[in-house]
Amino acid sequence: MIRPQKQDVNELLARIYTRYRYSLILLRAMVVTDFKLRYQASLLGYLWTLLRPLAVFSILYVVFARFLRLGAGIPYYPVYLLFGIVVWGFFVEATAQGLSSLVVRADLLRKISFPRYVLVLSVGASVLISFALNMVVIVFFMALLRVPVRVDILWLPLLFLELVALSISLAFFLSALYVRFRDVNYIWEVCMQAAFYAIPIIYPLALVPARYARLLVLNPMAQIVQDARYVLVTPQTETISQLYGTPWVRVIPVGITLILVVASVAYFRRQSASFAEEA
Amino acid sequence: MATPIIRVSNVSKDFLLPHLRQRTVKGHVLNLFRRSRTMEVQQALRDITFDVEPGEFLGIVGRNGSGKSTLLKVLAGIYQPTRGSVTVGGKLVPFIELGVGFHPEFTGRENVYLNGALLGFSKGEVDAMYDDIVEFAELEQSMDQKLKNYSSGMQVRIAFSVATHAKADVLLIDEVLAVGDAAFQRKCSEHFRALKKSDTTIVFVTHDMSAVRQFCDRAILIEDCGIDAQGSAEDIATTYTRLLNPASPVAQPGAEAQESAEAQAQPTRWGEGDMRYTRVSVPAVLADESTLALELEAVAEQDVDMPVYGFLIKSSSGAPVYGTNSLLKRLPTGSLRRGDRVRVTWSVPNVFSDGLHQVVVAIADRHGLVIYDWLEEAATFTVVKEEKTPYLVTLDASLKVTKAGAAGA
Repeated sequence: MIRPQKQDVNELLARIYTRYRYSLILLRAMVVTDFKLRYQASLLGYLWTLLRPLAVFSILYVVFARFLRLGAGIPYYPVYLLFGIVVWGFFVEATAQGLSSLVVRADLLRKISFPRYVLVLSVGASVLISFALNMVVIVFFMALLRVPVRVDILWLPLLFLELVALSISLAFFLSALYVRFRDVNYIWEVCMQAAFYAIPIIYPLALVPARYARLLVLNPMAQIVQDARYVLVTPQTETISQLYGTPWVRVIPVGITLILVVASVAYFRRQSASFAEEA
Repeated sequence: MATPIIRVSNVSKDFLLPHLRQRTVKGHVLNLFRRSRTMEVQQALRDITFDVEPGEFLGIVGRNGSGKSTLLKVLAGIYQPTRGSVTVGGKLVPFIELGVGFHPEFTGRENVYLNGALLGFSKGEVDAMYDDIVEFAELEQSMDQKLKNYSSGMQVRIAFSVATHAKADVLLIDEVLAVGDAAFQRKCSEHFRALKKSDTTIVFVTHDMSAVRQFCDRAILIEDCGIDAQGSAEDIATTYTRLLNPASPVAQPGAEAQESAEAQAQPTRWGEGDMRYTRVSVPAVLADESTLALELEAVAEQDVDMPVYGFLIKSSSGAPVYGTNSLLKRLPTGSLRRGDRVRVTWSVPNVFSDGLHQVVVAIADRHGLVIYDWLEEAATFTVVKEEKTPYLVTLDASLKVTKAGAAGA
């Protein structure tokens, strides 16, 4: 009875491959195109993917860790700060670029028939590549400051998964919405400005009065940023479990993320038939 | 009879009128209060039903704005039909435009891979056919140059070359394929002929009736968003030509002529307006005629002295073939008082090559400097000649072959 099952699995895999073959080819071509274009005609080329975050981080480090001294009491504060900015940066880039991903490729939408989600995913993949390179820089700083690596780090992939799910599902929702309503981008920009201060990225959560902090941290992004810092940088990070006294309260931010995934995908699928006419 | 590979049943397509569509939140909010005005729709396709058999070469013809390109996009799955259904059996590749996704900053090589991906080819598959593509495009030397340094002809060649490698059960081809220089056109024709012999099903949208006659097994005429007629390529080509020429010619009895009076909106008409054409009559088809007769009527809106009358004939690709004017010919044209009408008749030897041609007519002041009236697409005519060459003119070249000596003599 084992053999036929194995065959079934192979058949299923083959079916999945044929079904998504075109999407995968397109996705690959678009990500490669985007990557090549970004660093074309620049002297140092791909080196900039590492140099840019390195330079930005150095500035932030000087401003926030040396002059403003916001992170008094938090060990490895520079890494703590930079990591928060990297995670936040992924979210901002993925949603902002994702938002316009359909409209900027309106020429393709009007001329060929292809799975529309590829455009959003390709932006997501490009931003993910930058994120991975930023993480290389983070690891470099961690080594420099001798941040100890704890077993908690095993949670990190799961947190990154939540981050990607949250960002990409919002990108799907926003991109479909932007095709219809051309002021979504301005609204989203303002939202991002507000969120930057509503999420403890440059300030430690401990500075916020506990009753507000408890509210803030229900936001999936706040939960992700704090949890990620906890597992990677220092256990002296205030996470959602400490504020509520139980790890199970994570059900709320994770639940919000899951609802967003389902709702966004449903909305995107419903709208995608009319993208060619409206984009 | 085989089962149809494409089945279009009762397809209609409506568009929201663009200027009424609300693109901003403000617009939507305001429209909550005056809902009625946004509901205006424009019908692009009305109740279209037809089948395409496997291996068939189907032509879709119709005037600009008749809905044929929308139909092609509905077939391609780019637009969803508002009502009705489209089923396509097998893999379908649409060519709405050549070189979709081409990027000017990339080299020719990179663009081949990019364009190939959009057609569904993996990197490995493009690798395998890369040499063929380059050879077909005759661009071996320039594949590592950026596309922005290519001439438009080179870009078209590379795009077409990739396109010819697309393997599909159904190909949808828009008329944009019929561009490029003469040598390229010949390549297009050869490729179409090869496609016609293969099992591939082709739906081909065009204005060019000689192409319809040459390639299509069957054709559909789309007029005013609906199917006006369908039948053999020959019948539809004739019906379409008639449709464009509702009025019988005055000057050319027996031949179909084309009227393009001022009643018809001319999108490409300009000039000071001191004089203007009121009638342009050109025979629609030149089959045996040895001369092309351009019958024009004009009215003077001001007093004018020695106006210059001119014309230009362009080939279907837009290349100027021949033109002249009364100034170049040193012909006196007299003085006109305001309100005077004149009739201008040109008689031009029919040296044109087989295919569609465009006529441009103009009136200028006595020095040919101030344009009074310029009609860019005043009329079109189709030349039918036995000898089909890709060149601008077809002349009576004579040939004599005589034996100059026998072997071993």
